[in-house]
Amino acid sequence: MTKDAGGINHLADIDELRSIATRCRREIVKMTHRASAGHPGGSLSAIDILVALYKTRLRIDPNEPDYPERDRFIMSKGHASPAIYAILNVMGFLTVSDLNSYRIMGGICQGHVDMKWTPGVDFSAGSLGMGLSFGLGVALASRMDNSDRAAFVMLGDGELQEGQIWEAAMAAAHHEVGNLKVIVDCNRIQNDDFMEKQLRLFDIPAMWKGFGWAVRECDGHDFNEIISSIEWLDSVKDRPAVLIANTVKGKGVSFMEDNPAFHGAAPNDEQLLQALEELS
Amino acid sequence: MTLAASRDGYGAALLKLAEDPKVVVIEADLGKSTKSQMFRKEYPERTISLGISEQNMMLVSAGLATSGYKPFASTFAIFTERGFEQVRNGIARPNIPVHICGSHGGIHTGTDGSSAQSIEDLAIYRSLPNMIVLHPSDDLSTEYLTTQLLEMDSPSYTRTARNKTPRIYDSETVKELRIGKAELLEDGDDVAIIACGVMVSRALEVSKILAEENISAAVIDMHTIKPLDGEMIDYLAKTCGCFVTIEDHSIIGGLGGAVSEHLSSNLPCPIERIGVNDHFGESGQGDELLDKYGMGIQDIVNAARSAIARK
Ligand SMILES: Cc1ncc(C[n+]2csc(CCOP(=O)(O)OP(=O)(O)O)c2C)c(N)n1
Repeated sequence: MTKDAGGINHLADIDELRSIATRCRREIVKMTHRASAGHPGGSLSAIDILVALYKTRLRIDPNEPDYPERDRFIMSKGHASPAIYAILNVMGFLTVSDLNSYRIMGGICQGHVDMKWTPGVDFSAGSLGMGLSFGLGVALASRMDNSDRAAFVMLGDGELQEGQIWEAAMAAAHHEVGNLKVIVDCNRIQNDDFMEKQLRLFDIPAMWKGFGWAVRECDGHDFNEIISSIEWLDSVKDRPAVLIANTVKGKGVSFMEDNPAFHGAAPNDEQLLQALEELS
Repeated sequence: MTLAASRDGYGAALLKLAEDPKVVVIEADLGKSTKSQMFRKEYPERTISLGISEQNMMLVSAGLATSGYKPFASTFAIFTERGFEQVRNGIARPNIPVHICGSHGGIHTGTDGSSAQSIEDLAIYRSLPNMIVLHPSDDLSTEYLTTQLLEMDSPSYTRTARNKTPRIYDSETVKELRIGKAELLEDGDDVAIIACGVMVSRALEVSKILAEENISAAVIDMHTIKPLDGEMIDYLAKTCGCFVTIEDHSIIGGLGGAVSEHLSSNLPCPIERIGVNDHFGESGQGDELLDKYGMGIQDIVNAARSAIARK
């Protein structure tokens, strides 16, 4: 969306969103392959949500990335940077040659999203657990300015293990910050292994409810559900709202799906070809 | 020349330490990366996974340590800093022997970029009373020095590196290493080059280049940043009369800071500090980043010449 548009674009064409997501997935595997490093798994799980959010909801402008009244999108799981770069390319903030600079010395697409390097990035991440507090600050500022700028924050489910997330959750509910919108990319896998083996979170929706948040779940790969859930996020005004998006890590590339090995490993030459074939 | 990453030495050390049934390994979802997973594979019942919660990890370790266990906790160097105040008040202040390993230290860490490249860990941990601070140069010395931690009654912080650099020691020479004793790799009398971590191999390379100019450089592996081997520094002040320190770390407060402090209070003499010059890093390959950020071979050679010129 551009800055002139307001509210959600109800006429979003689902087929178009799907094909944009496929294009982004291709860029994600190409970027990580080229860099021989990076995080494809959590980028592929998040990308459908990002495509929906950027194409139908966020008020941003590639011609003026820093214009003050833009909505803020805060990617707290900053290792999923390939997903952000891919969607920022679609939205006109980055060129394909910018994408080629992912993880290359001097390139504007740093290993983890970085607001000092990349136009359209509003938060420097890489250390998990920090983005929700930042989003709370951004949302409070918007409220004090009587602005309708929203703060959207994406968190990983593994990231929820950081204590700081819950400090921020507590504060956001206490202060009834209705313009703070969180999406949790629940792909069930963290760095070393499945969360089930590393550290279980028993009932994620109940945890947020207990902290005073409005909570809804959705299938994070179903565009109809994602879009109606974004509308729901917008409809909650009296408290912070969180969308628990159930996703598949590595979604779209068969050998990466549900595979902890592709949290932080790039596809090799052969795997790249197979991935691109599957993503056509 | 064998290439090796010091983090592999940490995993190997944990397997040796496992002979002591009281040794336990604490993880914060980076066991694959710090190499504590080598221990987990063999001793799952003595490995405690805490998820992504570094602050929690520090005090869980302290609790274990006061109940007779010997905890070895690891994550990236930068994320140990997430729990810095926990280390300060919960571990160092009561002097509880918890052994923390921070892998992926320095900008040599590479393409992950500045959020993952700690350039301040040595400085901050060195500032804490009771802490031992190690930064070994290769896998073998990391393994050997880490096993010595078991004899220490104090908490420790060990920095390891992600990427491979030339191995410095062999299975015999490594046995000379002792925590707190600097290792004189090459003696010389014109300039003393004190290095740690991935920079030790560069120091050796520089000494060869200097030798061609008839400059005789002493090369020291300062694997223990704290307690600092003041005796060795005094000896070098007398024999060489000037210094170059090199570290993949900020020039503020780390190895260069420690050596400068010692010299200025004891035997003042010229010192040039090579390291990251008050700047955050970026994504890139480890070696090219060292070159870009002022730690290139030529930078070190020039520093040696100017240290000598200032004598
Ligand atoms: C504070 C902190 N600790 C550890 C890490 C290393 N790390 C990077 S990604 C990751 C796992 C993240 O899991 P999750 O939040 O579920 O992300 P996703 O599965 O969506 O990629 C870890 C532990 C980090 N970036 N920050």
